Amino acid sequence: MSKATPAKAAKPTKTIVRPYGDTTGDGMVQMSFTLPLPHDKRAEGAALQLAKKMGMDPAMVVHAKAMGPEFTFFVVYGSVHHLVDLRDVQVVERDYPLLSPKEVNSAIKKMLRRPLVVVGACIGTDAHTVGIDAILNIKGFAGEKGLEYYTEVTVVNLGAQVSVPDLVEQSRIHKADAVLVSQVVTQRDAHLHNTREMSAAFREAFPADKRPLLVVGGPRFDESMTTELGVDRIFGKGTTPGEVASYLVHSLLGQREKGKRS
Amino acid sequence: MTDAAKVRYADARRTLNLDPVTIRKARSLARKAGAPVVSLAKRHTTVSVERATLRLAGLEGADVEGIPWVNRLVDVVREQVGLEHGVSLPVWDAMLRTNDDLITVAQKAAAGSLTFRIPEARDAARSGKAARATISAGIRRIDANRKHRDKLITKYGNPPAPWIYLIVATGDIYEDIPQAQAAAREGADVIAVIRSTGQSLLDYVPEGATREGYAGTYATQENFRLMRAALDETSAELGRYVRLTNYASGLCMPEIASLAGLERLDMMLNDSMYGILFRDINPIRTFVDQRFSRQIHARAGIIINTGEDNYLTTADAVDAAHTVTVSQLLNEYFAKEAGLEDWQLGLGHAFEINPDVPDSFRLELAHAMLARALFPDAPLKWMPPTKHMTGDIFKGFLHDGFFNLAGALTGQGILLVGMMTEAVVTPWLSDRDLALQNVRYVFNTAGRLHEDFRPAPDGFIAQRAREVLGEAVDLLERVVDDTLLEAIGDGTFGLMKRPAHAGRGLDGVVKKASGYLNPAADLLDEGVAR
Repeated sequence: MSKATPAKAAKPTKTIVRPYGDTTGDGMVQMSFTLPLPHDKRAEGAALQLAKKMGMDPAMVVHAKAMGPEFTFFVVYGSVHHLVDLRDVQVVERDYPLLSPKEVNSAIKKMLRRPLVVVGACIGTDAHTVGIDAILNIKGFAGEKGLEYYTEVTVVNLGAQVSVPDLVEQSRIHKADAVLVSQVVTQRDAHLHNTREMSAAFREAFPADKRPLLVVGGPRFDESMTTELGVDRIFGKGTTPGEVASYLVHSLLGQREKGKRS
Repeated sequence: MTDAAKVRYADARRTLNLDPVTIRKARSLARKAGAPVVSLAKRHTTVSVERATLRLAGLEGADVEGIPWVNRLVDVVREQVGLEHGVSLPVWDAMLRTNDDLITVAQKAAAGSLTFRIPEARDAARSGKAARATISAGIRRIDANRKHRDKLITKYGNPPAPWIYLIVATGDIYEDIPQAQAAAREGADVIAVIRSTGQSLLDYVPEGATREGYAGTYATQENFRLMRAALDETSAELGRYVRLTNYASGLCMPEIASLAGLERLDMMLNDSMYGILFRDINPIRTFVDQRFSRQIHARAGIIINTGEDNYLTTADAVDAAHTVTVSQLLNEYFAKEAGLEDWQLGLGHAFEINPDVPDSFRLELAHAMLARALFPDAPLKWMPPTKHMTGDIFKGFLHDGFFNLAGALTGQGILLVGMMTEAVVTPWLSDRDLALQNVRYVFNTAGRLHEDFRPAPDGFIAQRAREVLGEAVDLLERVVDDTLLEAIGDGTFGLMKRPAHAGRGLDGVVKKASGYLNPAADLLDEGVAR
C-alpha cells in the first residue's frame, strides 16, 4: 500500500507560497459562483461579502449577470491572505518504478510464469466505461496502449453496470490476480458506497492471502482513502495504463517475494 | 425546415461532389443488412412488448412491493400458458369468463387465484375482439395527443433551427421541474430529462413520482405527466411550444415508448443498436422491442433521436467516422420500416475528434456536412464534445464554441448544448446560462455563414466526406456478407462484441406461435384506430 509522504518543494528554500497573478506574492485568485438573488446592488454587495469571508481582500466583482429573475452569476477577482505551507502538504507519491510494456511482460514471465489476470468493471449503476476502457482497451489513453496490449496480461473487461456479486464470481472464475473497478458517477457519493461494498464483498468471499488486488479509479477519488475504502490502490484523474501495469507488477510480484498481503 | 434550407442542404450533396450512385448503393446495402433483422423481429415478441400492450389497454399501478401490475400479469400468464400466443388472448379470455376488469384480473392472477388458458375458435375471436376494443382506446389517446401537439405548434409556431436542447438531471422530479422551466425561459426549445443510470437494465418501469435517482430521474408515467404539464404551463407563458424528451431504450423500450405516446412526450432517444452495444442487452430482444417502440413513435408523431454519438466516445472519432454513417443508414432503414417519416429522424452524430489532431475542425465539418447531405430532410441531432473535455473549463468553453459553429455551418436540426463543465459536475445553473450565451454568440455572429461557405469541391473537406462515405459502403458490404447479427457479434460497432445468443433480457424473448395475437401491433400495422 502506498503511504502519504510530504511533497518535495520545487526549490528547497521555498516553503511558503501564495497564488500568483502577475507579481510574486500578490495572492490573486479568480472565482465564479451564483447567488440566489436578483441582480442588483445588494446582490453585488453580497458577492463581495462572500469573497471577503473566503479570505479575498480586496475583492473585485468584475462581472455580474442576472440569470432569470432569481439568480445572479458573479466573477470575482481578489487577493487571498492565506499562505500555503509546503511542509504540511500531503500527497500520494508514486512509490513504484514506472516500467515499459516490455519490462512489465518480462517481469510477469519471469516471476509468475503465467499471464497475469486482470478483471475490470464499472460497478453499480455506473454506465461510464470511459475510465476502465482507457486503462484496459488496446486503444489505451494518453498515447499509451491499454492492458490488453500486454502479451503477459489477460484482460477480462466485464463492462458497465456489473453487480458486485457478479464481479466477485467472475474474479473467482477467471482466477483474477487484480480487480480494476472504475467509478465515474459521484452523485450522492455513489462511487464511495460502491467501492466500500465491493471491497467488503471481496474480503468476505476470499481468504486474505487469496484475495485479488483491489484497485479503483475515477476522476473524483481521493487517492489517500485506500484504508477507508478497503482497497489496495486508488488511481485518480489522468492515470495511464502504464502506471497501472507498473503498479500491478510492483505490488503483485513484489509481494510474492516478500510473502502475503494482509 | 424551410424550403430554402432544403435546397441549400441538398446542395451540400453537390458541393461535396458525392456520387448519387454511391449514395443509392449505401441505402440499398442498409436495407439488405436490416431486412433479415426485421423479419426476425416480426417472428418474435418479448415480455416488454406484451407489457406495453397492457399499458395501452390502461393497466397502471403496482403491487405493494412496487412491482407493476403489467409485470405481475405477464409473468403469471407466461408461467401458465406461455407468451407464444401473446398476453391478450389469455387475459381477455379470463376477463370475459370472470366478468372482471383488467386490474382485477391482474390482482387475482398475482394472488394465484386465476387459471389462464389459450382460448380457441369462437372464444378466441371474442377475446381478440374485446382486447382490441380496450387497447384501441390507448391508441386513440396517442392519436389525440398528437393532434393536441399539432394544435399547440400551429398556435405557437415552431422555433427556428437548430432547436436548443438542454438536459436536466437532478434525480428528483420536483427539482427537475423548476430547472426545466428555468431552462425553457432561458431559451431551451427541447428539455431532456436524463434517466437514472440504472434504469435501462430494469425489467420494469417504476411507478409514480420519483425523488431518488442516480445521475438522472426515473422515467415513469407520472413523471412524464408532471413534466409535460409543467412545460405546457411554461409554453403558454412563453408563447412557444417547449418539447419534452426522454429515453425509449433498455429492457423496457416498448413500454416507455407507449407511456411517451400516452403522456405526449415529443422526442425519444431510440437507437437501433445502442442497448446491444453499450448495455449488453440481447440483440434479438433489442430489435423486437425497437420495432414496436418505433411503430409507437411513428404513430405518436414523436421525433426519435439516435445514438451514434456513443460510437465516437468509445472508438476514435476519425477512424470510426464511417461507423456513424453506417449506423445512421441502418437507423434510417429500421425507422422507415416502422413507419417513421424523415422529419421524425433525429439521426445522431457528434463533435468528438481530439482537438489536438491537426485540422480536427475541418474533419468535423466534413463529417457533419456528409450527414447533412445524406439525410437532407432529417433534423439531425448534433451532440457536443464530451470525450475531450478535460476539466479545463476555459478550453472546454472554446471547444463548445467550435462545436456550435460547425452546427451553424451545417444546418443541424437539434443542437444539444455542450457544457464547459462536462466531466466535472452535473451542469450548474450558471453552466447552462454560459453555454446558452456561447450558442447565441455563435448564431448571432455567424449563424448565416453557411450562405457564403462552400468547401472547395476537391478540397480537404469534400475529399474527406467522400472518403468516409466510401468506407461506410465498404463496411456495409461486409455487414451484408456477414449478416448484421454476426457483425454485431464480431465487434464491428463501437468495438463491442455482442453475440445474438447472449446478453441481458434474452429470457424475455418468445417466438410467436401461429395463433399469436397482439391487437396493439395490429392497430399500428393497419394504421387504424379501432
